[in-house]
Amino acid sequence: MTSVDAERPSASTSSPSESPSGPPSDRVVLSAGDRASRSGWPVAAVVVGVLVVIPVAFLSVSILDPNEEVWRQQWRTRLPGQLVDTAVLLVGVSIGSLVLGCGLAWLVTAYRFPGSRLFGWLLVAPLAMPSYVLGFVTLSVFGFTGPIQGWWRDTFGDDAWFPPVRSMGGAIVVFTLVLYPYVFLLARTALADQAGAAYDVARSLGAGPVEAARRVVLPLLRPALAAGASIVMMETLTDFATVQYFSVDTVSVGVFRIWRGTFDRDAAAEFATLVLVVALLIIGIERILRGRARYGESAGAARRLAARRLTGVRAAAAFCTCSFVLLLAFGAPTAQLVVWAIDEATGPRGTPLVDQFPGFLQNSVVLAAFTAVICVIAAVVVTNAQRFHPGRTTGIATRVTAIGYAVPGPVVAIGVVLALVALDDALEFIGLGLPGAVATGSFVGLVYAYCVRFLAPGLNTIESGLAQVPEMVTASARSLGARPSRVASRIHLPLSRASILTGAVLVTVDAVKELPIALLLRPIGFDTLSVWTFNLVSESRFEQAALPALAIIVVALVPVALLSRQLARLSGEPSS
Amino acid sequence: MTEVLPLEVDRAVKAFGDTVAVGGVTISLDHREIIAVVGPSGCGKSTLLRAIGGLESLDDGSIRLAGLVVDDGDTRVPPERRSVGLVFQEHALFPHLTVHANVSFGLRGRPRAEVDDRVDEMLGVVSLAGYEGRYPHELSGGERQRVALARALAPSPALMLFDEPFASLDRNLRDELRRHVVSALRATGTAALIVTHDQHEALAIGDRVAVMRSGRLVQADSPDAVFHSPADEFVAAFLGEASFLPIENGDGTAVSVLGPVPGASSTTHRAMVRPDDIELTDEHEGVEGEITEVEYRGTHWFVDVRLDHGISVGALAPHLDRPEIGDRRRVRLVAGHAQVPVEPVD
Repeated sequence: MTSVDAERPSASTSSPSESPSGPPSDRVVLSAGDRASRSGWPVAAVVVGVLVVIPVAFLSVSILDPNEEVWRQQWRTRLPGQLVDTAVLLVGVSIGSLVLGCGLAWLVTAYRFPGSRLFGWLLVAPLAMPSYVLGFVTLSVFGFTGPIQGWWRDTFGDDAWFPPVRSMGGAIVVFTLVLYPYVFLLARTALADQAGAAYDVARSLGAGPVEAARRVVLPLLRPALAAGASIVMMETLTDFATVQYFSVDTVSVGVFRIWRGTFDRDAAAEFATLVLVVALLIIGIERILRGRARYGESAGAARRLAARRLTGVRAAAAFCTCSFVLLLAFGAPTAQLVVWAIDEATGPRGTPLVDQFPGFLQNSVVLAAFTAVICVIAAVVVTNAQRFHPGRTTGIATRVTAIGYAVPGPVVAIGVVLALVALDDALEFIGLGLPGAVATGSFVGLVYAYCVRFLAPGLNTIESGLAQVPEMVTASARSLGARPSRVASRIHLPLSRASILTGAVLVTVDAVKELPIALLLRPIGFDTLSVWTFNLVSESRFEQAALPALAIIVVALVPVALLSRQLARLSGEPSS
Repeated sequence: MTEVLPLEVDRAVKAFGDTVAVGGVTISLDHREIIAVVGPSGCGKSTLLRAIGGLESLDDGSIRLAGLVVDDGDTRVPPERRSVGLVFQEHALFPHLTVHANVSFGLRGRPRAEVDDRVDEMLGVVSLAGYEGRYPHELSGGERQRVALARALAPSPALMLFDEPFASLDRNLRDELRRHVVSALRATGTAALIVTHDQHEALAIGDRVAVMRSGRLVQADSPDAVFHSPADEFVAAFLGEASFLPIENGDGTAVSVLGPVPGASSTTHRAMVRPDDIELTDEHEGVEGEITEVEYRGTHWFVDVRLDHGISVGALAPHLDRPEIGDRRRVRLVAGHAQVPVEPVD
């Protein structure tokens, strides 16, 4: 007979503590194979997480034993100036990006004017423009020897004042123009998701459009703006190439200078921790600004902002504003690069550089492909581990895996060097010294650093793709006898294929654009398109740098095209 | 050795942080038995099901399937080694696979001809023969759920688990699918545990109904027994409309305003009556009261009557009657029905 006891414990069953040593049939089920299948995925996820953290950990440890001499010397010479420059640059660029990104987002969301929907996604295009490319085009066009200043002097005389281009101001303008799209994107999404109803309510309560925007919409946007500003500052902080064009001396430049100048690992490491501290400060500020609000939390089918139609002068002004920004940040520099590239290819001097192009392109592609494949595999492993074994272990592993975005390039690069040097030493110690050290300037180190830095975008994309597969689908597959590996390959991978591809594309593009890590870690003779561009620009051979720069822009346009599809949805007519 | 049952859960405990979802549940399932686990949302019934299926691990207690320990609080056998079929509220079909591929997913390693035969057989059981080549998005909600049922039954699991299997369907479809499920389970002789929040469903589908509240199993018995002899006022009220009348305990007799309460002990203080136990009457017997609420239900009227003693009871009136709010009517027990003494909720 069946027994059902509501709360009374039944005496017939052995207590839990005795169960493992129960009848022999128990052991048949709890075989070693089961234990292995239980632990394989979390272990893999933890391994990925540890590998990502190792460089940062090595770097952080190095500061525990500071070399006072290095710091004293730096403090006497460049350090104070570098701190000031870093602060001014970060604040300047974030203010510029907030004003430009937020303003343009409001313009294309709250108003209708000729081209407003097209601008809705075209204004994201500058994301494809690396700062080191816009930087050198700006210098050459607006610099003292450039056509603009030449025309200025011809018109107003040789002593006519012209704002200095090779300056902090110039750097802030260039970074603002390439980074505002981050703010623009987040602000647009937030506006589309949340602002409609709140704005309407505020208007119905008697607030004018400007007052409603200031008192209701802006506070609603605050978390999105805080997130946008923090991305912008991170991207600015990671750079040490573009700023050098403009004679701006940040802490990241300091790392580069020490590393390239002296190859003093320890000194560079200590300086890199300073960059890490700045990055942590940025994250802290974002947390404070964001407050308890969450961004990206859509209230479901929220009502969109009803756009106002602009006419006449106002419409023309709106159109011109958007066009001008787009022209300055993307159109004009691209056109200039095309002109230079054609001149170079067809010019009288012949085309020696064009011949080198395939080699550099191949380096970039190989590096990016390795990075993308490894990042995708790591992201698939980590996200699947979290699905099969939800819990604290896999949760932490996932979050740790995504820290790369918050760790500036110089920090990752120096950290990887420290980690690989330790590995070299360890191999040496156990008598497995490899021919040619792993650490110094190896392809492995370069790929490792790229993966640490670019796992985050891949992981986020693949994670959201897997989130589209209901947990019950996973559970059903497993209850039908499929082990996690079969569920992953037969169910999860086919169902999240699109997001895996997108993740791979995002990582590839980031890897092709990347300059700072490549400059620090590239093996001798292994120059990527971005490094080649930088080297040519450093020798002021702007025309010759046009070809690789254009190649990078073309590659970088791919994710922008992907984004545009998503954005086209946002700019659709409000459904009534 | 005692008889090997498809499922034995012993003092199962599962907590999420400070929230105890399942707080010591002991239950077992006989061969070919269908048990409906019912309770309000958050009572722990789904967590219990997930633990049996291997989707959650127990903190304490144990689960045995066909006599083998699959979870004892320390070691957990993964779901793929349990031979337990799962059907969820959302059909959870694999959207990129055809009906055939869905149903045959759990039949890996068998000869192809055998797989095809089994798929045909299972689709026949759920009346979907000929649907092999379709994709889930080409099916209706009810058809998807039947494919999910066929898929779960295909590997001949020793036990089937259903988590709110009909909740996403509309009423007519739900009744039809319920008959499909029961006949498929009977045809294959599979024991099943069906979790639902719908009392009518639980009463209609289960050989036994297990009522849970706050992580505890309050009562598990035949549908008739849980409905007409509820263990306490919670079970009484949860399974259907019920009114509770205070009892006065005299010398050996227990009496409410509607008359004697047979079977009441000296410690019970209230008796349950269901609306179908009470009728409105125009004769001079019964208790007088005022109608405070009227609801038309097609076959009859449901009325709330506030008795002059101050207590409200629900009653059914024939659909030809026309009760109105404010009417003064008399109520009495239907001949042959009795009031049931119930224990208060602890």
